[in-house]
This record gives sequence, C-alpha cells and structure tokens, in this order.
Amino acid sequence: MSVATHESGSPAQTTEPVLELTGIGKHFGAVQALAGVDFRVHPGEVVALVGDNGAGKSTLVKIMSGVYQADSGRMRVEGREVHVHSPSAAQSLGIATVFQDLALCDNLDVVGNLFLGSELGSNAWMDEVAMEKESWRLLRELGAKIPTVRIPVASLSGGQRQTVAIARSLVGSPKVVMLDEPTAALGVAQTAEVLNLVERLREQNLGVVLISHNMADVQAVADRIVVLRLGRNEAEFRTVDVTTEQLVAAITGASDNVVAERHARRVPPATETGEVEA
Amino acid sequence: MAPVSTARLGRLAPPLALVVIWLVMTLINPRFLSAVNLTNLMLQIVAVGAVAVAVVLVLLIGEIDLSVGAVSGLGAGVTAVLSVKQDWPAVLAIIAGLLTGALVGLLHATIVTRVGVASFVVTLAGLLTWQGALQLVLGETGTVNLDDPQLVAIAGTFLSPALGWLIAAVITAAAVAAVVVHLRADRPRRVWPWVLAGTVAPVAVLVFNADRGVPLAVVVFLLLLAGGDVVMRRTTLGRHAVATGSNASGARRAGIAVDRIRMTVFALASVLAVTGGILAASRLLAVNQSSGSTDLMLTAVAAAAIGGASLFGGRGTVWSALLGALVVGSLANGLDLLGASSAIRLIATGVVLALAVGLDTVAHRAERQPFTEHSRPGR
Repeated sequence: MSVATHESGSPAQTTEPVLELTGIGKHFGAVQALAGVDFRVHPGEVVALVGDNGAGKSTLVKIMSGVYQADSGRMRVEGREVHVHSPSAAQSLGIATVFQDLALCDNLDVVGNLFLGSELGSNAWMDEVAMEKESWRLLRELGAKIPTVRIPVASLSGGQRQTVAIARSLVGSPKVVMLDEPTAALGVAQTAEVLNLVERLREQNLGVVLISHNMADVQAVADRIVVLRLGRNEAEFRTVDVTTEQLVAAITGASDNVVAERHARRVPPATETGEVEA
Repeated sequence: MAPVSTARLGRLAPPLALVVIWLVMTLINPRFLSAVNLTNLMLQIVAVGAVAVAVVLVLLIGEIDLSVGAVSGLGAGVTAVLSVKQDWPAVLAIIAGLLTGALVGLLHATIVTRVGVASFVVTLAGLLTWQGALQLVLGETGTVNLDDPQLVAIAGTFLSPALGWLIAAVITAAAVAAVVVHLRADRPRRVWPWVLAGTVAPVAVLVFNADRGVPLAVVVFLLLLAGGDVVMRRTTLGRHAVATGSNASGARRAGIAVDRIRMTVFALASVLAVTGGILAASRLLAVNQSSGSTDLMLTAVAAAAIGGASLFGGRGTVWSALLGALVVGSLANGLDLLGASSAIRLIATGVVLALAVGLDTVAHRAERQPFTEHSRPGR
C-alpha cells in the first residue's frame, strides 16, 4: 500500500511543528527497527501513533524521549535542530514522556513522584511545602481526583496512578507530552477520564503524541493518525477522514486481512467502532 | 478495616516487640531496668547500631552490603595501627580509617554499577577480602591495643549531669517548638515523632545520670541518626536513593543519575560501618582479628530488618537501625543477665527476626491493596 497523506484542514497546519523528526533510522544489531521515519506534532494537536507489535512505535517514542539515540535522521524542536542524548536532555528541551509502565516509585508519595528528578528547593535541600502546593495546582488543573498527595502511590488505583504520571509530565512546563499506551491497563470509566486529560493537554496548547493499540481511543481524541508498519511510515490520516477499516488495513498492510474479515462479518461498516488487539 | 489496621500493626510490630522484651526481662530479673544495666545496654548497641544504619542505607537503594562487618573491622584496624604503630594523632587516624571505608565502598559500587555484578556477590567477596586485609594490617600479633587517650575517650567518656540535662533541655525545647509549628501549619504533619523525642530525652538523661552520666558514644550515635534522617528525608540525595530502591529504571527515566546515587550510598554506608568499628574498638580498647566479624554483620542486618527496613528496597528510615539495634541488644543483654547460653540468644534473635519481617511482609501486602476505587471491569 502506498503512503497516503491528507494534508489539508488540520487545526494546527498553519503553525510550525513543535517537534519534527525526519528520516529517522535505528537498528539493533541486524534488526532494522526504524528506517526513514518522518513524524511531526504541532502545538495544540493530538497525534496518534499506531502500528502493530514490532512496527517501531516504542522505538520511535524512546528516541523522542532520549532513552535511545537515532542512528540517522534529524530531530527539531520548534524548528531548531537538537540532539537528545538522555531522558533529562529531552525533558529540558520540553519533551515529556508518560511511559507505559508509568515509571512511578511505589514507595514515594504523590508529591515525591510528581517532582522526582526536578525537586523544588535550593541545591540538595528540598522545599516540601512549595512542592505540595504546586502538586495540588497541577492536579486541579487536570481536574484529577486524588484524595491526598501524601500517600504512597502504591495505594492508588490504576487510573489515579495514570493521572499522577500525566501530572508529572507537566512539571517543568513541557511543549510536547508523549503518552505510551495510557489506557492499556484501565477500565472503561478510567479510560474515559484519561481521554479527558488528553483533551485538557490539547487545550493547554501542548503537542500530544498518543501511542495506542485501541482504535476507539485513537479515533476519539486524535486529530491526526500516523501509522507505522515494519519500521516505516505506512500512512497518515486526518481522524475525520478515516474509517476503522482503512486504519486496520494500514496497520496490517493489507485490506484482505483476518482482522478486517472478522469486522466485516460481525459489524455493519458504517457504525462500527473497532478495536484491534495485537 | 482489615487492610489499614494490618498495615499499622506491621509498623507497630518493632516497638511492640521492644516493649514486650523489656517487660519480660524486667519481670524475670528487675535488674534489667536498673540505670547501670540500661547504660550498659546503650553502650553495647552503639557499634551495631551504627553498622545497622549503614545496612539501612544500602537496603533503601535496593542493594545489600554483606561486607559492613569486615569493612568496620578494617577501618578500625587502619585507625588503630596508624595511631599505635605510626603515632598518628587520633583525629588523623580516624579520618584515615573513614577514608579507607569510603574507598572500599566506592570500589564495591564501581563493580556493582560498571560490571553489573549483584551487590550480594560483590560484598560477599568484599567480606572475605577485607577480613583478610584486616589480618594483614594488624600484623603478626593479630591484635593492636589502643593507647591514645582520645581514641579511648570516645566510648569511655560520660558527660557531666549538668551537660546531660542541657542536652535534654535543648531536645525537649526543639520538640515543643516543632510541635507548635507543625500544628499551626495550614497542612498539619505528623507530630508524634517530636512528642516521643521530647518525652524520651529527659527520661533517658535521668536514667543515665543515675549511673555514670550520658555516654559520649551514645551522643555520637544519636547525632549519626539525626544527620542520616535529615539527609534521607529532606535532601534530593535521600529522595533519589529511595526512588532508586523503589524503581531503578523509573528513577533513571526521571533523569536521576542512578549509578551516582549507588556510588554515594555505598561509600556513605562503608564510612558509617567504619564509624561503628571505631566505636567498638574504643569500647574494647583494642582491634583484633575478630573485630568486625561476620557476627557483627549478621546482627546489623537483622537489626535493620527488625527495625522495619525492607529487604526489597525503598522502604525504611534510619531510625529502623536504632529500633532494631535496641531489640537485638535488649534480647542479648537480658539473656546474658539471666545467664542464658549464646545458643538461646541466637535462637531468640532468629525467632524475633522471623516474626518481625513476617509481620512486615503481611503489612506491606496490605498497604498495596488500594483502599480507594478499583474499577477493573469483569473479575
């Protein structure tokens, strides 16, 4: 299938991309994980990054968040070429990541987790009062329901932990927030809450990158959908223009695949909202 | 009700054990609660306590250090030999001993972080190596008797009653001030640690003064604890250490230099171990081949675990070391008083260790159960 691009009409097309990657390549030994991948996100835009297992989503996310370094290609933040050699370098460039495992420290309380690695205070001395106040401000901004910021995050529910992880990404006022499978472990109500959070991030004019397996979630909040397949750009859609069949076809690389067949048999194409579980 | 109260029970287990041990020992032999014996008990636990602080720090970052005993012996041996055979002044000899500890800790941490060998194995190798090194340092006689008055004075000095009361007054005043500030703050915090400190300080001084006065070694130990507590709870080093022990890869992705934290904590722990070794040497008036034996390490690890430091990392405070050392020390002291054999002492310590850690594990599991909504559909 050829690369399909739909350039017109996205709300963010007039602005400069806040984060832009061109020709990104990465290999692990003999395995070419990414080859010539282009990706961009504008301020106030939610871009979904989808693809089957092994498509290279996680590798791309890790390159953007500084965990891996690309072998080739260029990365620009607000038009300026940058080299991201560590997670903290990515953070200082304004690229925040909410990892799939959330990367929370169970034994630390909510405040401790929110400011981990960017504690407020002078030198090594922490200002707990300032951090606690700022924690409440961040959580209120997200409309988050956390009973107290002084309990270990081990005691929180899955949705609350996801909220803490998202709130943490906002410490340090980032320009881009990447969410890796934020709803994968959540129930229905909690998923809806996280999608609300994603929309709040967009309202704050942040660039949001959403990695997901769940087509319903992607189509619910994304403005644009970028499909990776076998480490390459496969397709790019505006969410309003695309059907689930087209997405599934792009992800699997064929229209006559087993997932599409099952969908065709079970659901009338016009009304469905499908989910692809790999 | 069940989960929260179980979690509380787990945290209360070590102090409860201490109260029970003191009650039983006093009932069997009232001399246990005498001023002389309680002063001796405190003098007995400072060395193990300091080494237990070292163990707590290493446990907090999710590692283990089996070499703390051997390192404490080696550091004390270096100090003793420099003082006695090379006639170094006491302060310089002590600094050299502590530096030896720091270097040993850095070496262990380098192997753990750069080569990637488990700290269990690295420090087990260290245990053997540094015990051998101690024998080399001590030379053919295998023992060095301390003669420097300052080195001997560390464990042999008792403060005058007036000075003791001054210390108690300062602690109590600070505690009252802290409680007032905490209660007035718009978000009140826990005040019970301050209430406890403010009440225990005068009682302790009363007891010490009824005997020989407040021992300098106990003051040194308490300063170590207070300093360690401030570092672990109020500074980024402490926060990052707990984060490392809690979720090392998460801490790394949060931008924390995890390996540097490990190096710092291992070095700090070895320095603390040497401090314990010097305290022990000062009390014993000598360093010999059995200084810093495996027994010291095992007792210190047991004390840290009994006091509530988790062997899985990220959980515990430096006060765990005090609590655990008190429990282990009270058992040993009380059983000695009863004329019990060392066999009984070992068995009793083992049983208490198993009970304390068992309760803590149950409590830990209870704490992990979310007590708020838990809305996974189906199941």
